[in-house]
Amino acid sequence: MSNFDFDIVWQNLPYLFLVGLRFTLTLTVLAALGGVILGTLLAILRQSGGPVLSGFVAGYVNLVRALPLVLVIFWFYFLVPYVGQWVTGSPRPIQVGGFASALITFIVFEAAYFSEIMRAGIASIPRGQSSAGQALGLTHAQVMRYVVLPQVFRIMLPVLLTQTIVLFQDTSLVYVLSITDFLGAASKIAERDGRLVEMYTFAALVYFVLSFAASRGVQRLRARYAVPR
Amino acid sequence: MSAVIQIENVDKWYNPAVQVLRNVSLTVSRGEVVVVCGPSGSGKSTLIKCVNALEPIQHGRIVVDGEDLGGKGVNLPRLRARVGMVFQHFELFPHMRVLDNLCLAQCKVLGRSRQEAESRALVLLDRVGLTAHAAKFPGQLSGGQQQRVAIARALAMDPVVMLFDEATSALDPEMVSEVLDVMVGLAQSGMTMMVVTHEMGFAGKVANRVVFMDQGEVVEDAPSKQFFEGAGSERARQFLSKILTY
Amino acid sequence: MGYHWNWGIFWEQSPEGTGTYFDMLVQGLETTLVTAALAWLIAFVVGSVVGVLRTLPGRVAPAIATCWIELFRNMPLLVQLFLWYFVVPDLLPGPWGVWLKQLPNAPFITAVLGIGFFMSARVAVQVASGVEALPRGQRAAATALGLTGPQTYRYVLLPMAYRIILPPLTSELLNTIKNTSVALTIGLAELTARARAVQEFSFQVFEAFTAATLAYLVVNLIATLAARWLEDRVRVPGFGKP
Repeated sequence: MSNFDFDIVWQNLPYLFLVGLRFTLTLTVLAALGGVILGTLLAILRQSGGPVLSGFVAGYVNLVRALPLVLVIFWFYFLVPYVGQWVTGSPRPIQVGGFASALITFIVFEAAYFSEIMRAGIASIPRGQSSAGQALGLTHAQVMRYVVLPQVFRIMLPVLLTQTIVLFQDTSLVYVLSITDFLGAASKIAERDGRLVEMYTFAALVYFVLSFAASRGVQRLRARYAVPR
Repeated sequence: MSAVIQIENVDKWYNPAVQVLRNVSLTVSRGEVVVVCGPSGSGKSTLIKCVNALEPIQHGRIVVDGEDLGGKGVNLPRLRARVGMVFQHFELFPHMRVLDNLCLAQCKVLGRSRQEAESRALVLLDRVGLTAHAAKFPGQLSGGQQQRVAIARALAMDPVVMLFDEATSALDPEMVSEVLDVMVGLAQSGMTMMVVTHEMGFAGKVANRVVFMDQGEVVEDAPSKQFFEGAGSERARQFLSKILTY
Repeated sequence: MGYHWNWGIFWEQSPEGTGTYFDMLVQGLETTLVTAALAWLIAFVVGSVVGVLRTLPGRVAPAIATCWIELFRNMPLLVQLFLWYFVVPDLLPGPWGVWLKQLPNAPFITAVLGIGFFMSARVAVQVASGVEALPRGQRAAATALGLTGPQTYRYVLLPMAYRIILPPLTSELLNTIKNTSVALTIGLAELTARARAVQEFSFQVFEAFTAATLAYLVVNLIATLAARWLEDRVRVPGFGKP
């Protein structure tokens, strides 16, 4: 603490923010969007996909939720090239970049958590809503699309956003693949210049400020939405 | 007659704009049964909660069994142990058997041995007619039975006074009388009681005095006979005509 | 796929000279379980205290609890571990910092403390919500019987609150076990780290990860069954059906 060097942070701000934080935020947003879409599909399949399909989805969701994210990141890092080879019929495993690998991992991983949120949301809509939709002649899919899901997204928005804040924090784990996300960028400078205290303190501060502000925002949203249905 | 509860010029507010008690004074003497009634929002439930300091007051003084609740060095837990309280929603402890509900405070507050507490508990369960249910959990009893257990739990502390806060208003109609019977028996045994209730039949039968409150004030405080024969205030007459119409 | 499977790899000696690859994974699993158990102990005790503080009357205690919760909830676990491992020793007065840095099992101690405090914020939120889920009259009834504040929590509020939050507490326990894997970044030789080491030595990546995956699933299953057993045991007759 004797010689905390603010200058090292100041000098490297462009690298930290324009390279590191940009990667982190891009990954967070894309993974959240992908995760919500895939998670919603999984929730629908699980609810109305027939016994085999819904059993398969349930198995997938429970498997993913039982595993540490770090292990899943490693799994996909090694698995994706082989899957790519298989899909494209290429003679050798396909090298995908760190970003693509991380994005696929987070979409597939977070989808399991998002699907549980959506499932709870679908279950919270009174049965009378689907009945009313079907009584009007809508198909099952139309009822989902026009009646149920819009309500679910509205009710579950705060929970989905809270999970996205968790996702934002979790993206720091791409550190294990030596990717230059925000923490990766801080860590690289920390190692290069021997300034671990400054860089990690600063990284912690930035994560804290962003997460705290975002969760306050979600709280405010929750309060605004807390009107009787 | 010595006073068990002395309420003197009590004011209470949550913020200066919302005053729930205004200059309330009221005395309950030993052996007396006082019924407090009034429309909802009149402050009667708040008042009874102030008597064992579950709610703080902003001005005035409450003396219970000779001790000033706001006095220096007053041991509130000890004092509360001498005041039995029965709640609208029973508030039995759901994870404890009936017998344990009756023993907990006897052991932890009064320092009675488990054996002593149990024998006292069984006497009281017998008195409310629930000996057979001693080993059950509250969730396995009907509302009326739960409230009788709650009365027994309060009596187990050998209180000098019993407070009833709308003890029958959360009950299904067919269970009201079994609880009122217990309360009447208690009154006839000479227990000092302060009872917030709408049950005017109970008031007519055993109350010595009826206190009528409205908008945080004591509007009328009269011997019960006099109250029912001709309430002095217009507000009390209106209230009575409303609840006695059916 | 151009991948050469070799499921016999687990029975081959590892180059570390301490046994087979299977032994490596077993040691990793042990480290995971011991770390998680101690971290959970901290999380449960500290989280319960902070959760209770959050439900106390007045302003000061709840404010302290909120600060604690927000502090540990809004930083990634990985960053918190780095703070404990790299930053805290530097902030301590000279000799203490050096002592901390040179502890032979510093990664283990750091992981237990870091994960324990991180999870304590989540446990605290659950405990507070459990107490708040109880009818307000419960506290009043206990107080009216003459129980003191600590007695009210000990005998009346907490026994019910813990029962109510048992399912979410179970998932926090499972999270604690999963989160120990993050400590591989500070050199803790837990299960995922050991699976990674098997992969680096033997190049049998998918066998190693499959074994680790199965181990996590089994641990998960056992913990879930144990929690369900506990739920049944402490279920209050006549009190809802959770």
